[in-house]
Amino acid sequence: MSIYLNKDSKIIVQGITGGMGAKHTALMLDSGATIVGGVNARKAGTTVTHKDHDGNDVELPVFGTVAEAMKETGANVSVLFVPPAFTKDAAIEAIDAEMPLIVVITEGVPVQDTAEVWSYLQGKKTRMIGPNCPGIITPGESLAGITPHTIAGKGPVGLVSKSGTLTYQMMFELRDFGFSTAIGIGGDPIVGTTHIDALQAFEEDPETKVIVMIGEIGGDAEERAADYIKANITKPVVGYVAGFTAPEGKTMGHAGAIVSGSAGTAQAKKDALEAVGVKVGKTPSETAALAREILESL
Amino acid sequence: MDLMEYQAKELFAKHGVATTIGVVVETAEEAKAAAEQLGGVTVIKAQVKAGGRGKAGGVKIAKTPDEAFQYATDILNLTIKDLPVNRVLVTPATPPEEEYYFSFLLDRSNRQYLCIASVEGGVEIEEVAKTNPDAVKKIAIDPGKGVDAAKAREIATEAGFPEAVFEQAVTMIEKLYTVFVEEDATLVEVNPLARLAGDTLEALDGKVSLDENASEVRHPDHEAFEIREEADPLEAKAKDLGLNYVKLDGQVGIIGNGAGLVMSTLDVVAYAGEKHGGVKPANFLDIGGGANAQVMANGLDVILNDEQVKSVFVNVFGGITACDEVANGIKGALELLGDKATKPLVVRLDGNAVDKGRAILDELNHPLVTQVDTMDGAADKAAELANNA
Repeated sequence: MSIYLNKDSKIIVQGITGGMGAKHTALMLDSGATIVGGVNARKAGTTVTHKDHDGNDVELPVFGTVAEAMKETGANVSVLFVPPAFTKDAAIEAIDAEMPLIVVITEGVPVQDTAEVWSYLQGKKTRMIGPNCPGIITPGESLAGITPHTIAGKGPVGLVSKSGTLTYQMMFELRDFGFSTAIGIGGDPIVGTTHIDALQAFEEDPETKVIVMIGEIGGDAEERAADYIKANITKPVVGYVAGFTAPEGKTMGHAGAIVSGSAGTAQAKKDALEAVGVKVGKTPSETAALAREILESL
Repeated sequence: MDLMEYQAKELFAKHGVATTIGVVVETAEEAKAAAEQLGGVTVIKAQVKAGGRGKAGGVKIAKTPDEAFQYATDILNLTIKDLPVNRVLVTPATPPEEEYYFSFLLDRSNRQYLCIASVEGGVEIEEVAKTNPDAVKKIAIDPGKGVDAAKAREIATEAGFPEAVFEQAVTMIEKLYTVFVEEDATLVEVNPLARLAGDTLEALDGKVSLDENASEVRHPDHEAFEIREEADPLEAKAKDLGLNYVKLDGQVGIIGNGAGLVMSTLDVVAYAGEKHGGVKPANFLDIGGGANAQVMANGLDVILNDEQVKSVFVNVFGGITACDEVANGIKGALELLGDKATKPLVVRLDGNAVDKGRAILDELNHPLVTQVDTMDGAADKAAELANNA
């Protein structure tokens, strides 16, 4: 079991012919994920060729629209490697086609575009992960995004994180246990899937025994997650928050990672999580040690 | 990106919001000339990206051009919240009969926009929000629907704008929303929104924050709002080199890949510093994926130019990036920098191709480079070296 993504996921890539799209289509195939095609209106009818996990050539069809790609391939996941200026339109096209899951990797999407997409998504059938995220991996089953599949295998840990490299770092720290699913929700001020969504899904996933949640400064997503954990989560949760030493009013890379005033500081988030019984590590290694302790006691 | 008042007012004027920009000047002489030109009583206002200017003595009313000169001299000598005041805005004094508060902002918690309006208070809005929260109206805006004439009317009614200025308020709300969406702002605030003599509604002050992603994608004109010569010189240099760098106040230079990991690295170094004389991280620098020799050299070049830096911690987790490429980057950077590289480097590599990466640095055997296998251990070493330097 897993959340959102499994061995039956059939993935298309919007922007499959671009540099990032081509590179990561190859890496996703190498991980063993089932990629069934791509979309680029200007290159409809052509194909692209990559190697699969066993080194065999795979010829992938390029479609003009998401709807056509779904009809022809039965795709149920779309990964977007579309430049930021065109991400909104690409996401809306996928939502209109009723794509069940879209994973928006693109960094630098204007936040009002994401706000409009989120508004458009209400009442529709699509779940959006991202933007500005590494995507989602269910080790040994599928990969929709850019997370390296070689870090860790399958196991009992469910991981949800705002940050890409901290996702990798945590997977590496706990690689001897492995992961049910690791999801990078993205660091932008507005994202389609939140910590709370992932916590709920991990709670419902029988394979997930321990949840590791990584946050960072900015916004109140972690505080809200704390409230949610108190009311709804029975599985052990271990937390980590990055940005204790970040100065106020400075943006640290992720558009969302900015502290203004007291709300949104790392300390406030740590306090909120600890108040509901979440063990919070001061560093990634300490966090991993806390998770390890729980995993070994199961 | 936060704008200064006069820049915000320029955007207001561009979209037809009633406001008086006034004259922006950088010297007291120019302030005097501006006051003469405007005639009558003027207001001299410090232009810095910080709130609380009035309390800091950055806003004065000048009855004569000579007073304008004197006040401008005083204000231009001020530092408000660590920001030196390099320019003042001279506007005609238009005493408000009533002051209101109005803003549109990104409500990230609820993934929508929010309008906040109050006809009580104006500049003392924080106080009103505490003592009389019902007087501060919060109206959700659906980003998919926006604010049309009908919605603007609804907002003006909810806020309770008086009849004498009601229609002006409706128009202003629509236009302020135009500023918010057309300029891709995350905040458009008017405080005070003033009812002047003769029942004229005007934005007497303005605060605008712009979404830098959007500026990059579709607003090339926003670049003009950045006053480069006033940026931190190292930050300006890093920006020219395309690096994601923020100058901080410590002694341990930090280079890493990925914003989250770098933020985490700052924390780990600060904790390690507690055991080593209180040294702290000197900067945030995210070199992103695919760190080649040039990117690494550019990063090291910026950090080594920071005189406060005593040691450097390179913390890379190879995800897509391979550690051998990073190691070659460090090697190439040290070759490119030659004698300019003088400070000790602690390198922690892990992840993709880590064995090859570590082998390259072992073979290099550079006197300035120390490899440590773990993030915590490397942070400790970097802090120790900075403290002993």
